[in-house]
Amino acid sequence: MPADLFAQALNGLAYGVLLFLLSVGLTLIFGMLDVVNLAHGSFYMLGAYAGLSLIAGTGNFWLALLLAPLAVGLIGALVEVSCLRPLYRRPPLDQVLLTFGFIYLFEDLAKWIWGGRIRSIAPPDLFSGSVSVWGAIIPSYRLFVIGFGLVMALLLWLLIERTRLGAIIRAGVFDAEMTGGLGVNIKAVFTGVFAFGAALGGLSGVIAGPIQSAYPSMGVAILIPALIVVVVGGLGSLKGSLVGSLVIGQAETFGKAWLPDSSMLIIYVVMATVMLLRPQGLFGRPLK
Amino acid sequence: MDKVTRRKFLGGATLAAAGTAMGPWVLRAGAQSGPIKIGVVLPYSGVYAVLGESITQAMELVFARENWTVAGRKIELIKEDDEMQPPVGVRKTEKLIDSDKVDILTGPVHSGILMGMRDKVHNSKTILIVSNAGADAISRERCSKWIFRTSFSNWQPCQPMGDWVAKNVSKDVFLTAPNYQAGKDMMNAFKETFVPAGGKVVAEDYPKLGETDYAPYLTKIRQSGAKAVFAFYSGTDAVNFVKQFDQFGLKQNIKLTGAGFLTEPDVLPAQGKSALGVITGHFYTPVLDNPTNQRFVKEFREKYAGKMPDGFACQGYDTAEVIVRALKVVNGNTQDKMKLVEVIEKSEFDSPRGRFRFDPKSHNVIQPFIYVREVKEVGGGLNNVPIDKVANVTDPGTGCTLPA
Repeated sequence: MPADLFAQALNGLAYGVLLFLLSVGLTLIFGMLDVVNLAHGSFYMLGAYAGLSLIAGTGNFWLALLLAPLAVGLIGALVEVSCLRPLYRRPPLDQVLLTFGFIYLFEDLAKWIWGGRIRSIAPPDLFSGSVSVWGAIIPSYRLFVIGFGLVMALLLWLLIERTRLGAIIRAGVFDAEMTGGLGVNIKAVFTGVFAFGAALGGLSGVIAGPIQSAYPSMGVAILIPALIVVVVGGLGSLKGSLVGSLVIGQAETFGKAWLPDSSMLIIYVVMATVMLLRPQGLFGRPLK
Repeated sequence: MDKVTRRKFLGGATLAAAGTAMGPWVLRAGAQSGPIKIGVVLPYSGVYAVLGESITQAMELVFARENWTVAGRKIELIKEDDEMQPPVGVRKTEKLIDSDKVDILTGPVHSGILMGMRDKVHNSKTILIVSNAGADAISRERCSKWIFRTSFSNWQPCQPMGDWVAKNVSKDVFLTAPNYQAGKDMMNAFKETFVPAGGKVVAEDYPKLGETDYAPYLTKIRQSGAKAVFAFYSGTDAVNFVKQFDQFGLKQNIKLTGAGFLTEPDVLPAQGKSALGVITGHFYTPVLDNPTNQRFVKEFREKYAGKMPDGFACQGYDTAEVIVRALKVVNGNTQDKMKLVEVIEKSEFDSPRGRFRFDPKSHNVIQPFIYVREVKEVGGGLNNVPIDKVANVTDPGTGCTLPA
């Protein structure tokens, strides 16, 4: 039985790390810009498709992993400058509606470019088989995802906690207006953070491709778990996003294994419990 | 208010009297002048858009062959997108029946939409030719003399497989399907013949529809000790399940079998080599060597840029074929609906899947064969190659008492 538990825990870890890569961009954008970006799932979808095309074009997964997020980040920057910027002074609902509209726009765009059929993405040759880890058999690509995600978490932490850019972002999350008053070009920082968040969404899409394939509505399917992670972890918190993802990853995996008929129940129970005990999320700032 | 009502009533009565006086002869003249309107309720957006597309393309292939004319009347298709959402599908059905006044209705893909539209269709005496949705109930306790089905009941591709898997693959089988009606219907149909043949259901799991990560279920399958899996998944679920099944290294020790939708041509290219060796039951495969199918595959691929027709396309072809043949027999008269129903009931022709007939007891198609198919490499691509077949698979139609 312990071997079973370990195998499922490993599955949960791989899924949780994937959720982390996705939700960290969402939480960063929310923390800095105060925008609930519902189109974040679309960046994930666009990342998967951009990865698909780049792999087809270059034959190199690693190049795609590098370039696809840049492309999605660029799209993110365009969205922020052209559509989101004029809406900052308006009520939050307007921004939610705007990003909601982008879900449909990007979905139809993907259908137009890549067609409606589901397309598969092959994992890199290096990670195409499955391996046995202490009796648990897991695709080696998922082990790579776990390692990659944890390294990304460390790099993001260093970026935000140990660099000048990170200090500006942290200040912006705390009080954007005051940061602007201190001579920081807050408009550029907003665009940069939005583009960076979108690029992270795109990156998670490339990473998810070999596991979940690419299809136009994949962004909508993943949006709910990502939003739950952000709520559980705490809005705008990197640490919260990581811990929330790992908790939700385990909760959903063991939910599926033990209560297959109501597999989604456990993650909602986790979310409701966290909201009752700590409404601001595990690592969020206390609510005013 | 009272006055207006009375005037309206009188006006209506006068018209009705005039109509009766001039007899059915006037009605027929009216019927034969305008176009024949065929309402289509299918998903044209969302995950199952590709199914709606296949069905429509094959229907249009048949109508184009007839130059969009039957018995001197134009054929007009009125297409509505049901978005795979029952409330939308039912609303579109009401629109087609009440305001477009279609002569014949076809669709839908989603069983939930079919069950939702059933009463509207039945009560308005609209002829519906179901071109996909497999809900068993529509051939059983919820059957209607106005409803025919050219596709399948969920029971049909699975019931023969239970016996076949027990005898040819393994008696220790793990069952898995999405957690909704069609999934349960299909697994129950499988068990009907699997258990009497000495099979043992090791365990069963029903993940949610649209699941993306099957890892927890695949780990359970490995630990269950099952020698084979019988699965029903469709669309993106089929791609992700089959690929992840392979990625977890299960293919080496556990045989994957299932309902045909698991490896239809809409998902095979995305599954790639992961699908090799998967065994499924279905009433159709594009490699069937009867002349009707060979012509169908050739014409379909010529018209649609080399696309391989799938079972959904076969359903669309048969739906249009049933409509065209029946309209020819009644010489384009769509007014006498009882007559049209009688004619449709007697439909019999060579379909790509074999000799097509309806079961008069349930109005559901009798599958000429359920083919046991294995995914193999054929001419550079993957395809479902028949390795065995079961003839005349007829839904039991339990609880259906046609004519009703």
